[in-house]
Amino acid sequence: MSGPSTYVPKSAIGRWFESRLPLMGFMHSSFVAYPTPKNLNYWWTFGAILSFMLVAQIVTGVVLAMHYTPHTSMAFNSVEHIMRDVNWGWMIRYLHANGASMFFLAVYIHIARGMYYGSYKAPREILWILGVVIFLLMMATGFMGYVLPWGQMSFWGATVITNLFTAIPLVGDAITTWLWGGYSVDNPTLNRFFSLHYLLPFMIAAVVGLHVWALHVVGQNNPAGVDIKDIEKDSVPFTPHATLKDATGIAVFIMLYAWFVFFIPNFLGDADNYIMANPLQTPPHIVPEWYFLPFYAILRAIPSKLGGVIFMFGAIVMLVILPWLDTSRVRSAVYRPVYKILFWVFIACVIGLGYLGSQPPEGGAVLAARILTAYYFIHFLVILPLLGLFETPRPVPASIADSVLKGDTTELGKA
Amino acid sequence: MLYIATGAASAVAVGAVAWPFIAQMNPDASTLALASTELDIGAIAEGQIVTIKWRGKPVFVRHRTAKEIKEAQDVDVAKLPDPQPDSARVKKPEWLVVVGVCTHLGCIPLGHQGQFDGWFCPCHGSDYDTSGRIRQGPAPRNLEVPEYAFLSDTKIKIG
Repeated sequence: MSGPSTYVPKSAIGRWFESRLPLMGFMHSSFVAYPTPKNLNYWWTFGAILSFMLVAQIVTGVVLAMHYTPHTSMAFNSVEHIMRDVNWGWMIRYLHANGASMFFLAVYIHIARGMYYGSYKAPREILWILGVVIFLLMMATGFMGYVLPWGQMSFWGATVITNLFTAIPLVGDAITTWLWGGYSVDNPTLNRFFSLHYLLPFMIAAVVGLHVWALHVVGQNNPAGVDIKDIEKDSVPFTPHATLKDATGIAVFIMLYAWFVFFIPNFLGDADNYIMANPLQTPPHIVPEWYFLPFYAILRAIPSKLGGVIFMFGAIVMLVILPWLDTSRVRSAVYRPVYKILFWVFIACVIGLGYLGSQPPEGGAVLAARILTAYYFIHFLVILPLLGLFETPRPVPASIADSVLKGDTTELGKA
Repeated sequence: MLYIATGAASAVAVGAVAWPFIAQMNPDASTLALASTELDIGAIAEGQIVTIKWRGKPVFVRHRTAKEIKEAQDVDVAKLPDPQPDSARVKKPEWLVVVGVCTHLGCIPLGHQGQFDGWFCPCHGSDYDTSGRIRQGPAPRNLEVPEYAFLSDTKIKIG
């Protein structure tokens, strides 16, 4: 997509530098001249919002690491020290803790957008899978970060999640002991989680680089789901059009972020995490952070230990193989009347699983979680492959320009 | 030939260098040194459960009542999810010593709770009997019996 750059530096120094390292030309072709579909809506600003959140998490995290102590006897108190003594420490910590939630909120919207508009379909499979890799790295980072304050939920969340590995036949116990560096979650575990929590965001940044590279090779999908055919008619330059639209999206998102940080900073947290970790007392009701709840519900829905772990990871595997499960040749749900409804049913299913993951595993909640878990997998393994064969899609516009300019009666035409 | 030899030697070298970086995460010498612990059980009343820490994990020492012993012994072993007779899990019938870690995902079960008077795990609902055997719920195995020995009638050594 981003062909040879036509960028010519204006100054002599610029030309001297460009002939030795064409960095400015690369930036120009990627983020200035790069053709973006002219029909992108605000759901497409979440890529930029996620980039912003990654930077925000790294900046606040590096600063927090200057005041935090990764030792079981001091970690909890060092977090309280950050909250009470460190200049602006309360704000930086709340930015980081709520930033994780905002990061996940944005990534779920970004994934849902990809699913609605078929952004995973050929030729964007690698782009999509790199996104799933980023999502997995984010989950590992978020999980280890939550352990660091060494509160009750930190400790018991770490215990439950690391114990998932004991479900592996034969070598499970050895792997878990290796992960712990002992016979239970203890100081070696906390210390290495801190090290890895600092490392993984930079690995995320590297995979984001690949993700953007793959995006710029195949080009952006768009609400019409048809590729750019005529650069003049179908696209606009990234700058100023996408740059400003992304900036608007980021600004609105920051308002939501700031509202959480300054008005309800503990709304998404768990009160039990303000109690120091006690290895001899399990809290009566262990719940992970909200962004893991749907997967936690799937884990608990299966009445077998190994089975629960397999289905939980299987839920992510579904995303990896999604490009090959969806058999429809039409990308965008705008032109798929049945898929459009089933997409929202799927979203409701995931939100339902999230709610059930927050409830104690008793009575009707267990049955409901089993039904929704079954539906989650049926959506991917049965509905999507069959729907492509039986659904009659509406006529797809010949080009992006057609979808926005002619008498299009779909939601895109009206927009 | 030279390429194959170089390649083979390199593979060995990579493995030899990688191993210390993997093995450093296993339990270190100071963790291994804390492997055993002693407890005076003379003060534990009948019916009482005492929790002590061993290898960073809780161990339940339970002074069982006659009723609890009978409940544990009267079970049809063949019907249990993890079949084990009570006699294989205790050294003296009055004393049950088990690791207090749910075999599901590692929570600490609550004593004297659940349908079988043993332990109930609040995390995911596993129910254990008065022999620490799993009776209902997602846990796959009975509560683990640690290695232990009676040093005297009132003293045990765990580990």
